[in-house]
Amino acid sequence: MVFYLDNNVKRSLPDDLMNKLGYQPYKSTQIENKEVSRATHKVAISTGDNKVSNSIKEIVANNVKDGMTISFHHHFREGDFVFNLVMQEIMDQGIKDLTLAPSSLTNVMNNMVVKAIKAGTVTNITSSGMRGSLGDAVSHGALANPVIFRSHGNRARAIEQGDIKIDVAFLGVPNSDRLGNANGMDGKAVFGSLGYALMDAQYANKVVLLTDNLVPYPNTPASINQTQVDYVVQIDKVGDPEKIGSGATRFTKDPKELKIAAMVNEVITHSPYFKDGFSFQTGSGGAALAVTRYLRESMKNSNIRASFALGGITKPTIDLLEEGLVDKVMDVQDFDKGAAESMHTSRNQQEIDASWYADPYNKGAMVDQLDVVILSALEIDTKFNVNVMTGSDGVIRGAIGGHQDAATGKLTIISAPLVRGRIATIVPEVTTVVTPGDSIDVLVTEVGIAINPKRADLIEAMKKVPGVPVFTIADLQKRASEIVGTPKPIEYTDRTVALVEYRDGTIIDSIKQVKD
Amino acid sequence: MAENTEERLRRTMMFVPGNNPAMLKDAGIYGADSIMFDLEDAVSLAEKDAARILVYEALTTQNYGDAELVVRINGLDTPFWENDVTAMVKAGIEVIRLPKTESASMLEQLENKIIEVENNFGIPVGTTHMMAAIESAKGVLNAVEIANASDRMIGIALSAEDYTTDLKTHRYADGKELEFARNMILNAARSAEIAAFDTVFSNVDDVEGFMRETNFVHQLGFDGKSLVNPRQIPMVNEVYAPTRKEILHAKSVLAAIEDARIKGSGVISMNGQMVDRPVALRAQRVMKLAKASGLVDEDGVLLG
Repeated sequence: MVFYLDNNVKRSLPDDLMNKLGYQPYKSTQIENKEVSRATHKVAISTGDNKVSNSIKEIVANNVKDGMTISFHHHFREGDFVFNLVMQEIMDQGIKDLTLAPSSLTNVMNNMVVKAIKAGTVTNITSSGMRGSLGDAVSHGALANPVIFRSHGNRARAIEQGDIKIDVAFLGVPNSDRLGNANGMDGKAVFGSLGYALMDAQYANKVVLLTDNLVPYPNTPASINQTQVDYVVQIDKVGDPEKIGSGATRFTKDPKELKIAAMVNEVITHSPYFKDGFSFQTGSGGAALAVTRYLRESMKNSNIRASFALGGITKPTIDLLEEGLVDKVMDVQDFDKGAAESMHTSRNQQEIDASWYADPYNKGAMVDQLDVVILSALEIDTKFNVNVMTGSDGVIRGAIGGHQDAATGKLTIISAPLVRGRIATIVPEVTTVVTPGDSIDVLVTEVGIAINPKRADLIEAMKKVPGVPVFTIADLQKRASEIVGTPKPIEYTDRTVALVEYRDGTIIDSIKQVKD
Repeated sequence: MAENTEERLRRTMMFVPGNNPAMLKDAGIYGADSIMFDLEDAVSLAEKDAARILVYEALTTQNYGDAELVVRINGLDTPFWENDVTAMVKAGIEVIRLPKTESASMLEQLENKIIEVENNFGIPVGTTHMMAAIESAKGVLNAVEIANASDRMIGIALSAEDYTTDLKTHRYADGKELEFARNMILNAARSAEIAAFDTVFSNVDDVEGFMRETNFVHQLGFDGKSLVNPRQIPMVNEVYAPTRKEILHAKSVLAAIEDARIKGSGVISMNGQMVDRPVALRAQRVMKLAKASGLVDEDGVLLG
């Protein structure tokens, strides 16, 4: 018999697991002002000589033990060679019962993780998300312990608080000197900002850099520095440069995406936040790039400059920087080569770590200073709760990324079509609550917008915008269901396969095993 | 002449292939004044029945807002047109578009079938409107009788691909080969007080050419254009949007009319000039376009 308790987004959570893991249910988007303590970690003292090794085998044998927590970053995205290389070695050595704590898991890692779960090498996972064969395996109960999903900001918090204690971090870099001074900008497989990996470099007991490009000492500019690094391992290739860039880099021609993007821009420009010195985050993907282009036109026409652009950065955002429409780019991750390369030359493109970006438990994160943010959704419900984690079949196929974190911005816009194919995007209740509706302000679809009833000011501001019809979200949900009908409910077993943390470490939802 | 012809804006008539569920589903979101579901050229012979059923389902289940809904049926020389008319009239289509129209008698044949179906399904006779696509030299020369063929007629359209083939030429960038047909069709439409639609411009990526052609047909007096891609809708609307000066003038005209109405005066004057019927009609049309273009709000107050 499984008992459940409800949290403040009315999701039933498994009582036994919550107690066993010492979790509290989600309460509110408000972060309490309180004092917290930071975790500490072990430091193996060294003068810095003898860090270089050519043997990943030896490094694994001497540093990775049963039951440890190991980590990786996902800045190489689908071009990553480091993860599979290291994990294969760990499996070959018969190491068991590891907790895998990467910043996220990309598709290129899926098969290796599934293999490692089957072999008993990996028995716990915490990640921003997972997709494909891995998400499928976990949703069908492959892993005995529940996966813990955390946003990028929350991962930084968890590492700083000691909720995630990394024993060994394996961090791929496109360059390093013999002591471990490294950045993400030089070399063949460049990805720009090392934002997420900087947390691991700072807090892991052991830091192992893997590089295909050993450069003369001292290497500058150094994002990761020699005081943090235990080993530098030379390998053939850290990644495939062709596959590092993610998502669309060209302007979409899809008329529906363009329509939504144009309407998003109307909402931004008619909001009280569109004024000189405003800040924004747009994300990646064709629709986000289209918004950036429309926004650029509006900024030029209204003679408005932004003080900063935040988050995952793309070339079109860099273009705004170069045109003088944006003063600073605060860069935790670069989605394409153009953005990665400009980091070199532009003093106004600042690399920031995940804590600086979005950690709720520090002395001020960038997301708290953010005015306008555009996010996507797999599903959004009539209470504005957003799901970016599970599909309409209940299977894990997404990632929180910075969604919960950036949603704390002053004007949070979800841009999503009413339906995708035969699946409704706007639903009576999302499959999994990832970002609470309290932090969402406006939903923009191809037929019009819905404004969170809590934002009376925005409802007033959007009243008479030509070409932007305002509906209630219940109206839009009804319209979506008129197009695609009502699906049968998903069938689950009683077993919890994953817990979704809110950014403060409380539990906002759980994900159940789907029935075959 | 069908009622409402004067009021209805028909700047954009967007073609939607009748066999494409995704496009049928999204056809209503782009703000086209008219949506034309195509059962004819876009649909292969093997898919004629499937497309007819699909469009029927779309018309009876999907929400297309205020757009005028038009179906292009298969030609009278095919075995499909009668079934097309039956299904579409039953679905409550607003306008049936007849392709390859060459004479008024073809529209009479279509109308007889429509009457039969309206009677069968208890739909008031006369509900379903008609329009004709003119695609040949014969059709162009008979444009006047075609435009005046029935009270159900709401418009005639030039279809330039077939027409230029019939003329033994093809389409040129400057459109000179279409000069006669455009003027003929426009004047025929106006003689019947119905709408005139210009032909499609199929190279979606040639924005400059599209704008040139749209500006030209706007100057001639066409109500609007047939379109193959929703991305062309805002471009046409931009061409048809009135200027600030035109809006201000139209507002003064309408104010003068209102003023005269209140005073009970038969003669309307503005700044010492008489306001006659054409001036009044043009002012009404300007305000309607201004509203549709988002340049004034519901109360006619200038925005921006």
